[in-house]
Amino acid sequence: MFGYARPESLPEALELVGAGARPLAGGTDLLVGLRKGKFTADRVVDLKAITELQPAIYETHGGWEITAGTVMSDIVDHPGVRARYPALVQAASAVGSIQIRNRATLAGNVCNASPAADTAPPLLVYDASVVVAGADGERTISLVDFFVGPGQTALLPGELVTRLVLPPPTRSAAFARLTRRRGVDLATVSVCCGVGDDGSVRFALGAAGPRPLVVEDTSGTLADPAAPEGDVSGRIGELLAVATPISDVRAGADYRRAMLEVLAHRTLEAALAQREERR
Amino acid sequence: MTPQTMNITLVVNGQHHSLDVAVHHSLLDVLRNDLDLTGTKECCAEGECGACTVRMDEKAVNACLVLAVEADGRDITTIEGLATEDHLSPVQQAFLEEGAVQCGFCIPGMVMSAAYLLEHNDAPTEEEIREALSGNLCRCAGYKRIVRAVQRAAEAGR
Repeated sequence: MFGYARPESLPEALELVGAGARPLAGGTDLLVGLRKGKFTADRVVDLKAITELQPAIYETHGGWEITAGTVMSDIVDHPGVRARYPALVQAASAVGSIQIRNRATLAGNVCNASPAADTAPPLLVYDASVVVAGADGERTISLVDFFVGPGQTALLPGELVTRLVLPPPTRSAAFARLTRRRGVDLATVSVCCGVGDDGSVRFALGAAGPRPLVVEDTSGTLADPAAPEGDVSGRIGELLAVATPISDVRAGADYRRAMLEVLAHRTLEAALAQREERR
Repeated sequence: MTPQTMNITLVVNGQHHSLDVAVHHSLLDVLRNDLDLTGTKECCAEGECGACTVRMDEKAVNACLVLAVEADGRDITTIEGLATEDHLSPVQQAFLEEGAVQCGFCIPGMVMSAAYLLEHNDAPTEEEIREALSGNLCRCAGYKRIVRAVQRAAEAGR
C-alpha cells in the first residue's frame, strides 16, 4: 500500500520527492517493483500532470531535447529522432512490448539504471546528458557519469530528471541486443556501436557490468572497412576486456562475453554501412 | 493503515463512471472488481503476459501497470466494448471462425492487441502480426491460429 500525489507544478513535485516520495512516470518498473517489494515508498508522485514534463521532443540550438514524460512509442514514431538517432529508435523499439512502450518513458529507463537498460547504450554512444532539477535549481549530468551502479544514479535525494539532451549526432550508430525471446524480455547482453565522423569507434555495452559500459577505439582500425579481420577482432577483444558480466537466469558470464563479441562485430558492420549511407 | 482513496472519473466503453478508488489499486483491479468487467484478465500482474490489455485514450496498455488514479479522466475500451449488441467485432469474428481460441484466457488481450494493430495497419505481414502480439502470451501456445485469425480479420476489413 502507498499514497499518491499528482502535483501540477515542478516545485511541488520536488518538495514531495525531497520528503521521500518516489517519482512515478510510466510506472512499468516502479509499480512492479512496489508490488514485489523491490522498492518501498510511502507515497508515489505522479509526474504526468506537470506541464513542462509532458511528452515533447524538440530541437534546440544544442541538439534535441526529450522531456521526462516522453514514452518509448513517441521516440519510435518521431521523424526527427528516426532521422538523426536511429540506434536509439532501434533500442526504444526493443523495449518490452507495444503495451509497455506506450507507457514506459525514456527518462524512467535511464533513472531505473538497470545495467541491461535497452536505451542506455545508444544514449551513451550519442553523448546524451540528463537535465536534473532540485531545490537549488538545475544541473546537467553527462549520462556516462549518471550511471553509478545497478539501480544507482548520480541523482541526489530530492532531485528529478526533467529532460534528456542529445547533441547533434557525430556518430553513425547501430544497436543490437540478445534476448531469449523477442518480446518482453530483458537483454542478455546489448551493444551499441558508433562510428565517429572523426574515425573513432565507441561501443556501449549493456548487461556487461554493474552499469552500462563505454569503450572507445581511437586507433582508426575499427573505422577502416579495409582493416584485416584479424586486427579488427583483436582490437574488439581488447576493448571488451572491460566487460565483467554476471551469470544469472538469462545466461552465464562466459556466454555473455562471447555474445558481446558477436554483437560488437555485427553493430560495427551496421554502423560502418550507415556511415556510407550518411556520406 | 487505511488506504488513501481518491475520486476519479472514467469513461469505460462509452459509459461515464465516477468512483472512489484506493490509490494503490490498478486500473485492472477497478475494471474487474468495481465495474465487474471481468473480460480483462489478471495473470502475471507485471506487464509480461498482456492478458489485461485495454485501450486507454487510443493507446494499448497493460491495465495491471496503470494505477486507476492515473486513468482519471481517460477513455477506456475493454474487450466488452468491441462487440455491438448483434455483432462481434471483425477481430472477434475472425478468432471464432479460425478456431483461434483454446483455453481462452489470453484471448481478450490478444483480441485487443490485434484490433490495435489493424487500426494502424490494415495489411500487416505475418512478421508484423507477431511483433504486434509479442506482448501477449498464450500458454496453450496456439499462436499459429491466432496469427491466422488476425490475417483473416485484416482481409475481412479491407
